[in-house]
Amino acid sequence: MSDTAAIELVGVHKDFLSHGDTVQAVKPTDLAVGQGEFFSLLGPSGCGKTTTMRMIAGFEEPSGGTVFLDGNDVTGVAPHKRDVNMVFQSYALFPHLTAYQNVAFGLERKKVAKDEIRRRVGEMLEIVSLTGMEKRSPREMSGGQQQRVALARALVNGPRALLLDEPLGALDLKLRQQMQIELKRIQREVGITFVYVTHDQGEALTMSDRIAVMEGGRIDQLGTPREIYEKPATRFVAGFIGTSNLLDGSVDSISGGVALLVFAPEEKVLVPVPPSVTDGTKLEISVRPEKIDLSRDAPAAADCSVLTGTVREVVYHGTSTNYTVRTSAGADLVVFDQNAYSAEDLAGPGDRVYLTWSPQHSYPIGVRP
Amino acid sequence: MRILRAYTWLVIAWLTLPVLVMIVFGFNDTPGRYNQTWDGFTLKWYGKVFALDELTKALVVSLVVAVLTMLIAGALGTGIGYALGRYRFRGSGTINLIMFATMSSPELVMGASLLTLFVSLGVGLGAATITIAHVMFSISFVAVVVRARVLTLDRSIEEAAADLGANGWTTFWRVTFPLILPAVGSGMLLAFALSIDDFVVTNFTAGTTTTFPLWIWGATRVGLPPQVNVMGTLIFLVGVLIAVGTTIRARSHRAG
Ligand SMILES: Nc1ncnc2c1ncn2[C@@H]1O[C@H](COP(=O)(O)OP(=O)(O)OP(=O)(O)O)[C@@H](O)[C@H]1O
Ligand SMILES: [Mg+2]
Repeated sequence: MSDTAAIELVGVHKDFLSHGDTVQAVKPTDLAVGQGEFFSLLGPSGCGKTTTMRMIAGFEEPSGGTVFLDGNDVTGVAPHKRDVNMVFQSYALFPHLTAYQNVAFGLERKKVAKDEIRRRVGEMLEIVSLTGMEKRSPREMSGGQQQRVALARALVNGPRALLLDEPLGALDLKLRQQMQIELKRIQREVGITFVYVTHDQGEALTMSDRIAVMEGGRIDQLGTPREIYEKPATRFVAGFIGTSNLLDGSVDSISGGVALLVFAPEEKVLVPVPPSVTDGTKLEISVRPEKIDLSRDAPAAADCSVLTGTVREVVYHGTSTNYTVRTSAGADLVVFDQNAYSAEDLAGPGDRVYLTWSPQHSYPIGVRP
Repeated sequence: MRILRAYTWLVIAWLTLPVLVMIVFGFNDTPGRYNQTWDGFTLKWYGKVFALDELTKALVVSLVVAVLTMLIAGALGTGIGYALGRYRFRGSGTINLIMFATMSSPELVMGASLLTLFVSLGVGLGAATITIAHVMFSISFVAVVVRARVLTLDRSIEEAAADLGANGWTTFWRVTFPLILPAVGSGMLLAFALSIDDFVVTNFTAGTTTTFPLWIWGATRVGLPPQVNVMGTLIFLVGVLIAVGTTIRARSHRAG
């Protein structure tokens, strides 16, 4: 049981016909979400997140492929017969019902006893901090309150999996962070699978067990937040998640699984590579800004990457200072320096600086293993 | 600004003057058959409102036909309007076209062709054929009003109901219907109003049956009794009450 995926998509794709053209909203996709996993679909607007979710919930028939829930083929099964619940991007609350009646709707359909309903709805409204608002109608509630009603309405049914389509989109930062923690807590407590759609990379990174990064109807990369952040598989993922520095170059030599790229005398990049990479292979290397050391003095260590450049911009961010450096290797690199130790800026605009980082903090994008 | 105000009052006067005349002459103490000159105030016609058997019978026929029309056209029109607003299916364009055609086609044409149809089918003319005819021309009005409302409904509200375990039937009655109810109500009132004072189509399809408008038409040649004014006033009052009622309900609904 435990090794059966809660949700599995096999070769699922969706084509829409609009104005005579076929739009591939979701290209053939394989995906398995484990039991009790917090799984995020992350990607920019229009990349197919909602469509993927709607095929799992049953509102959209896949143009091809199979959808499994708990190992059962549910392709073609009506939404009301699937044991998943969805929190809609637009909340979709019932405007003619009160908050209480909205949350009770699913339990009433299951013919749960009246006082049992009262108890569970009460509990759920407490969890989402809406006690006392039972008699309000949706139009008398703020966006955030409506969103929490939508959440309660889905959660109260105790579904096998909960599908959330940007459920925190309308909340202000503080409430958003509160609800993120709250959601994680609820998910751990009730132990149900969450499929969470968002285009906020920070949210996806902090909350998820695994993330699928989507672009143009395709999953670009699927992995843990750490894998996605530290080892982005494509240029798109590297750019979409956090700030990333990309360096282009070709391999000069390889020793011990580490490629050496020489840009100038005393300027070189060392990067661990898989065996498929050989001398002369063109590489695109990603380095995260917080991994780079910036200094006006030449580095002492020989076994790290070194580039030189000119500081173009210095921006103070409170907890860190960001430097943009035009390197002689051609690319502009961004460096984050934590302000924990530096009392003043490491360099000013126009200064010549050395950028160094250790090889394991860089990663070649899109190479076959 | 003053021109605008004067214009507004002019329109209001234009709209209400005939009604006022009708109401006032219901209180006219006329001695003879002709209720056309003012002879002093009386309430006696209100006491004798049902004194003319023929007129009362005609009014009852009209009311029965109007209520039946309202219910049947309401039910059928709601179904059509919902389907047209919610789904795109084969023939939905054609249905749209036919609906607007029946709404805009001249009543004379409709009445004449209905008469031909009933006669060639050998159907006896009477209250039943009147009702069939009225349902036929008012159904489109209900459908159009309901369709407009369905088009503004957020699709995902019904999806949410399905998501929470409601089948199609439950979703319609628990979620969709309450949300389109105001439109269904307006559509039904429209059907009632169209039916109760229809003359042209009714005249073709009534046979020997007499409705309220048909009776009045017949009576105008010999002079209208004040009872007609009284009944007209009462029907008008019911209409006003319903209008005021729905406005108040809509207001309190919005204020919550
Ligand atoms: N019913 C439809 N008919 C035609 N095209 C559609 C339909 N639904 C979605 N699409 C298209 O499919 C693509 C994916 O849409 P989808 O709603 O899944 O995006 P999304 O990732 O959820 O975006 P967002 O973050 O803006 O919600 C879009 O290009 C969209 O225009
Ligand atoms: Mg979406």
